[in-house]
Amino acid sequence: MTGADTAQVVLRLDRITKRFGALTANDAVSLDLRRGEVVALLGENGAGKTTLMNILFGQYTADEGQVMVMGQALPPGNPRAALEAGVGMVHQHFTLADNLTVLENVTLGTEPLWRWRSDRAAARAKIAKLSADFHLAVDPDARVGSLTVGERQRVEILKALYREARILILDEPTAVLTPQETDDLFTTLREAVTKGLSIVFISHKLHEVMDIAHRVVILRHGKVVAEMATTDTDRHALAAAMVGSTVSAPRVAPGVPGKALLHLEAVGTPDRGSAPGLKSVTVSLRAGQITGLAGVSGNGQAALADLIAGLSTPAMGQINLDGQALATWSPRAAVEHGIARIPEDRHKTGTIADFSLTENAILESYHKPPMSRAGWMSWSQAEAETQAIIKGYDVRCPGPDTRIRLLSGGNMQKLILGRVLEANPRIILANQPVRGLDIGAVNYVHEQLLKARDRGAAVLLISEDLDEIMALSDVIHVMSEGRLSPEFARGTMTPAELGVWMAGHGFDEGLAHAS
Amino acid sequence: MDILDILLSASFWAAAIRIASPLIFATLGELICERAGVLNLGIEGIMVAGAFAGWMAVYSGLGLWPGVAVAMAVGMGFGAVHSLLTVPFGLSQHVVGLGVTLLATSSTYYAYRLALPEVTSPPKITAFQPWEIPLLSDIPLIGPALFSQTPLTYLAFILVGVVSLVLYRTPLGLALRAAGENPAAVAAQGLSVTGLRMGAVIVGSGLMAVGGAFLTMSAFDSFFFEMVNGRGWICIALVVFGAWKPGKALLGAVLFAAFDALQIRVQQTPLGADIPYQIFLMTPYVLSILALIVMSRRAEVPAALMVAFNKGER
Amino acid sequence: MRLEPIANPSLARSTLPPALAIAATVVVASLLAMLAGANPFAVLGLILKGAAGSQFAVLETLNRATPLIFTGLAVAVAFRARLWNIGAEAQLYAGALMTVVLGTGALQWPAAALLPMLVLVAMLAGAVVLLVPALLKVRFGVDEVVTTLLFNFIFLLFISLLLEGPLKDPMGMGWPKSERLIAEARLPRIVEGLRLHWGFALALIAAALVWVVQRRTTLGYEMRAVGLNREAARFAGIPVNAVLIKTALLSGGLAALAGFSEVAGVKGSLTLDLSPGFGYTGIIVAMLALLNPLGVIAAALFVAGIFVGADSMSRAVGVPTYLADIMLATALLLMVLAILLTRFRVVRE
Repeated sequence: MTGADTAQVVLRLDRITKRFGALTANDAVSLDLRRGEVVALLGENGAGKTTLMNILFGQYTADEGQVMVMGQALPPGNPRAALEAGVGMVHQHFTLADNLTVLENVTLGTEPLWRWRSDRAAARAKIAKLSADFHLAVDPDARVGSLTVGERQRVEILKALYREARILILDEPTAVLTPQETDDLFTTLREAVTKGLSIVFISHKLHEVMDIAHRVVILRHGKVVAEMATTDTDRHALAAAMVGSTVSAPRVAPGVPGKALLHLEAVGTPDRGSAPGLKSVTVSLRAGQITGLAGVSGNGQAALADLIAGLSTPAMGQINLDGQALATWSPRAAVEHGIARIPEDRHKTGTIADFSLTENAILESYHKPPMSRAGWMSWSQAEAETQAIIKGYDVRCPGPDTRIRLLSGGNMQKLILGRVLEANPRIILANQPVRGLDIGAVNYVHEQLLKARDRGAAVLLISEDLDEIMALSDVIHVMSEGRLSPEFARGTMTPAELGVWMAGHGFDEGLAHAS
Repeated sequence: MDILDILLSASFWAAAIRIASPLIFATLGELICERAGVLNLGIEGIMVAGAFAGWMAVYSGLGLWPGVAVAMAVGMGFGAVHSLLTVPFGLSQHVVGLGVTLLATSSTYYAYRLALPEVTSPPKITAFQPWEIPLLSDIPLIGPALFSQTPLTYLAFILVGVVSLVLYRTPLGLALRAAGENPAAVAAQGLSVTGLRMGAVIVGSGLMAVGGAFLTMSAFDSFFFEMVNGRGWICIALVVFGAWKPGKALLGAVLFAAFDALQIRVQQTPLGADIPYQIFLMTPYVLSILALIVMSRRAEVPAALMVAFNKGER
Repeated sequence: MRLEPIANPSLARSTLPPALAIAATVVVASLLAMLAGANPFAVLGLILKGAAGSQFAVLETLNRATPLIFTGLAVAVAFRARLWNIGAEAQLYAGALMTVVLGTGALQWPAAALLPMLVLVAMLAGAVVLLVPALLKVRFGVDEVVTTLLFNFIFLLFISLLLEGPLKDPMGMGWPKSERLIAEARLPRIVEGLRLHWGFALALIAAALVWVVQRRTTLGYEMRAVGLNREAARFAGIPVNAVLIKTALLSGGLAALAGFSEVAGVKGSLTLDLSPGFGYTGIIVAMLALLNPLGVIAAALFVAGIFVGADSMSRAVGVPTYLADIMLATALLLMVLAILLTRFRVVRE
């Protein structure tokens, strides 16, 4: 493993610098990758990892510095050149066309556009061989839109291997995988290394980095702050280097559960395309308790979130609030009943990009006094309220009239948090609340959720990050294909055991799932 | 003559195919644009421009086929304007499309007035003549209907096959379909989304213009204002009706044209004489709206239609 | 090429691109004038003179602007909510139709009662006409661009049918034309002796009211939210479908007022050529005004001026009037580009 020191340098990033306006995303970053090595690029959200890889892959052009592949300088800003030099990228958000088959997605762009016919047979054979060699089982004629997340990632990797990549870059590949699927991925990666490929593995998950990488390069605020072999270090040292100080996860005192504020009884909703609906879900959200929902995205979390948020109604079963069945249900009704909703995607659903902070802050309250009376808006009240949120939730911004699209992700999330928590909600639906945020913002959001819990609110935390779920939740459910597992109290399950449920096995073994 | 007689007459079906021809060109053109992810509302104006350009070229002394080429070039020019504004700059496809329709239409009328300032009745050219295919045109009913059309009609039908082939069997067609579904997938494979989309809009606009030219060079032999009369908008409905597939779009165009041919003939029947002619003229537009409602499921809309692609958007 | 948002645009950045857009439009017009064999300066000068060079010209421009303010407002209101109302033409005729149905003698009321009634009924008619495509969109997801467009053709044929049938003026000498409005149904002149009718004042009031609704009412807030991000609006609890329907009713009603104004203020009866495309021109007005209701007034005056000026210029030197349409189309396309460039920087990547 460490004979890599004398191996050939296949990739060299030499003092790469990239600026976006006033922000320096990469600051003189240098990095070497040797043949047969797995280098992990570690850093929290916003450290500059994805920007760096986008430069490598040609989506962006560096302002300074150069990229050398196999000793040859790579023409900047040219994805085609990167591909031809043997750089293959597995993106965090899959770059696949749902309406096309696996074969079509893999061969897209691999033949000259002026060619009259596609050579399907040769492509098929090549894909079959790669599937076998690298343990990437997939049906070439399946429509990508119908594949699971794990299968789609396999297609993404096949795309790179099909183009004979010698260097594989994987951007947060395990964010959407179950523990078992992660093991399968690592098997594939180790196989690739024995075949001479070199890998850059971007992640913020320390235990995975320790598991798969030979060396770790740590980025903070766009600069390389540390570089070490994994044999010489441990998770704590890595975490410290990532954040710049010793960080201890906040001690989470257990919550004191009260009565059930929201209760779903055998609720069912229809499937929507490839997104499964709820299958006879029974669950209670209790006051003063954080209920964590673990599971890979696409297993029904969206259906559950939409239901509680008021966007859908149950086709079967009932929703009870405070012990009473609901007559009508809508997003507005949910807000009226004291449910705070933090949506999964703050850009798409949480905020309106070209509205000011004030206009965003009153999205849920504009129709009632004091924001408006009899249809007439009171902008002074709205601005006052917004100023209160800005102060109270540390939203860094030029002012309440700024268009929210100019704020960072963390500050946007803080505004959303302020908007929903100011109303002193009894129930909080937090859907991927810290996705894409830097560690400062992550801790802040977690603190607010814990405070709300201690005030007696019932919190439902939906997250792909098992670590987050396990750290914060008082009780954990796992969601798989629309089914809900039984409740697991804090400290009673290991990640591997939860992983079994995430993969759907706990349900198959006929374990009871009444709540 | 009652309706059954009409439906069984060869002249009816010949008329239907003839009426369908400009629709086929324009619908294929719009389909190509939308498959790549761009809605082209310039279609109405581009058809007008194509109708005039082709006719004018022949009136000025060029041959018929060079005239068609001129029409196509003019359409491609307007397509270039449209795609430049909507693809790299990502401007609203609705607004730009309507602007292009206005620009193309008014430029055409201006050019017409400049070229022919004193005419009261539109001058004629020698248009495409029907080209009977030997043997096939002698088959009863379908012979005169399908095989005694002008060369432009045959071209339209051939193009349906060509577009289908390119779209589903070539690397270019694959790239186009991917661009309309997930442009990020295209960019990740080293292809240029901008190039593909602009190319699609330019080529598609060329076809739309040829559709317009059919009116002045094949169906009729002169150009007059209000000649396109909403056909462009109907073609947008036909693309939806055909679920963005060339074969189905052809079917839709022929079906629609058959209804149009039918309403013209029914006006002549005793039944038709009692109904105001405006009702008949309304039927194509009402039908198009009904077609849209029927296909409103829209399960197969290209997912990235009308979504601008910003490289590396932060 | 990549677009990067600019946080604090400088004054130059905010004013230069639109100014260049207008300059480019003038250049295009000049080139086209030269193509027609005319002197471009003379042509432009005649357009300006014809638009505002005399009392007659100014009044003509104001008259021409009146229906454009109404249709411009109709389109601006709809487009703000991302409701693509291309059917203002049909809604205009619907308003004109109801004006004629009730105003040619069916209601023998004094003007103070009859005129408001006609306004109300006209607005209702326009609202209903846009309601159908709006419902199709909300219920069935049918794109309203094509349905509203096709409706224009259908409705115009419907008007033609009525004008040749039940609404036909028995003393019209065979032309398809409705009866004349009674005196009480006519919009009076604002100032005695000047050819400017109350429709213009009504248009200004309408623009002011729309501005108030958009900036200060909850409905205006909802319309803007729905137009900018429908999903986020729905998530927050805004009743999106209800907002779209209300927008459609308002937009259709405004467009219909253009028809009312033309019939009651100018023509006195309904004919097929009542509108030379006011509904479509309203789109240009709305876009040039950046969908701002007060901006619509300025844009409508500008557009009307170009048309009126071009008419007068054409009579003088014979350059076809379509020059005006080309100028406006060019201005529209260049202006949307210019607006983008005031907010985004082009970066070479």
